[in-house]
Amino acid sequence: MTQPALHVESLHKTYDNGVTALKGVSLDVMPGDFFALLGPNGAGKSTLIGVVSSLVNPSSGSVSVFGVDLIANRSEAMRMIGLVPQEINFNMFEKPIDVLTNYAGFYGVPRAEALLRAEKQLKAAQLWEKAHMMSRTLSGGMKRRLMIARAMMTEPKLLILDEPTAGVDIEIRRGMWKTLQEVNAAGTTVILTTHYLEEAESLCRNLAIIDKGLIIERGPMKALLAKLDVEGFVLDIDGELPSQLPTIAKVEISTPDSHTLIIEKPRDLPLNDLFDALASAGIKVRSMRNQTNRLEELFVRLTATGRDALVPRAQDAQERPA
Amino acid sequence: MSNPNFIAFKTIARREVSRILRIWGQTLVPPAITMTLYFLIFGKLIGSRIGDMGGFDYMDFIVPGLVMMSVIQNAYGNISSSFFGAKFGRHVEELLVSPMPNHVILAGYVAGGVLRGLMVGLLVLVVAMFFTHVRVPHPFVMISTILLGATIFSLAGFVNAVYAKKFDDIAIVPTFILTPLTYLGGVFYSVRVLPEWAQIATQANPIFYMVNAFRYGLLGENATDVSIWVSYAVMLFFVLALGALGMFLLKRGIGLRS
Repeated sequence: MTQPALHVESLHKTYDNGVTALKGVSLDVMPGDFFALLGPNGAGKSTLIGVVSSLVNPSSGSVSVFGVDLIANRSEAMRMIGLVPQEINFNMFEKPIDVLTNYAGFYGVPRAEALLRAEKQLKAAQLWEKAHMMSRTLSGGMKRRLMIARAMMTEPKLLILDEPTAGVDIEIRRGMWKTLQEVNAAGTTVILTTHYLEEAESLCRNLAIIDKGLIIERGPMKALLAKLDVEGFVLDIDGELPSQLPTIAKVEISTPDSHTLIIEKPRDLPLNDLFDALASAGIKVRSMRNQTNRLEELFVRLTATGRDALVPRAQDAQERPA
Repeated sequence: MSNPNFIAFKTIARREVSRILRIWGQTLVPPAITMTLYFLIFGKLIGSRIGDMGGFDYMDFIVPGLVMMSVIQNAYGNISSSFFGAKFGRHVEELLVSPMPNHVILAGYVAGGVLRGLMVGLLVLVVAMFFTHVRVPHPFVMISTILLGATIFSLAGFVNAVYAKKFDDIAIVPTFILTPLTYLGGVFYSVRVLPEWAQIATQANPIFYMVNAFRYGLLGENATDVSIWVSYAVMLFFVLALGALGMFLLKRGIGLRS
């Protein structure tokens, strides 16, 4: 039987201040997966990643990486993990080349080999020309790319990224998506937390949603999205809307302005029926887009606080990995 | 050697040395200037009026103490500022998520502190040569004392950095504990000139044993106020005790892991 890349069993964590961040999380991520770990702010994502990366001591429960227990055999388990944390955590007073070679050195990679790997990773991250500049002079996006390059220096079997694209512009984010897809295609298991749900839907095959310290949903992305029974669309109308809108069974229609319709319809209702009804009412549809990303819809339905965690959807509504 | 732990140790030590050399204006120059002033004012100007101390010319007498004082202060300062800086900048996480064991992390940082202590000690010794004739009758004692002293205060600096929550916290110990202990540890005088109660009290000061052991190495057995073997025993005790404390703090993740 194949060992999971990550096996988490009944993980509990209560901090010294009494806050319980994890209340018995169990999770399996299989080798080669591109896995999304989603949840609203304060749900326990970063604590879970902290425990897996050994920065947070668990109160109880167990974690194993490719069958190696994290507590009993920490060194061997950590050698397989690459971590890209949420906050920038390299020495700003070091040059990118030194950040990378030192990091590899901490994992026991000889310096000559580390220099070769650093050149390869810096070139892949499009940072080679910045290799000998002070790291603090890099832009925000470059710093994030440097952290991914750093994690790849040890050729990890399991790459964990905690909101790696937070605050970076669309072009850089697309580049990072491409990089992560290549890393995953090369055989590295990837676990991603993100607030950009489009990102998770586009990249990940499986997901788990964590809320208030518990996994509230998990499974293949497609199967979970299929559970959605309602979907919403925004329709741009040619000309003015008529005073009387058509009534369509099980469909909710609202009008934010006189040129736009927002429609929520059952998934099993064909769009043709909808358009027929609109055409009969004299409404001409000029264009149409999803009201929300489907995963976002699922997320909001499952988590009471989900909407607090969402980025403005207009920002990324049409983004897809290049 | 390609042992992963040895490579990790060398990486931390190299990073520490490159930091010391990168900011040489803060790490190497100030102790050289300060000690030059000490030699000039205490050794030449005031020392010539004091005469002998413990049977030696006053300038000769204070050289070992001032070298040891520089080593102690710089070993301590190096590790406390470097490790606390790593905590503050969060790049200590690079070490904590790596597979390297705790003793390698501790040994790497201590090596950095010891190397800075040695660099500064050598600089101060070179400065001393401009003021007096430096002889080394017991080189093994001199070298072992400087290594043990630098190790002790590197470990102490590490403990301070682990507990520190803000930059002020790494200044408190040097200001209120380290400096008084150094000045009262027999750097500038022989303990024999003190009243009896003060002689007894001085024996509770670990720096007293380091200064005397180093003075033994530089000036010979007649220059010390305490047996060299007692000094070694005290120094080894502090190495083991502070080393064990450092390992305990890393194992428990106090101040480092949540």
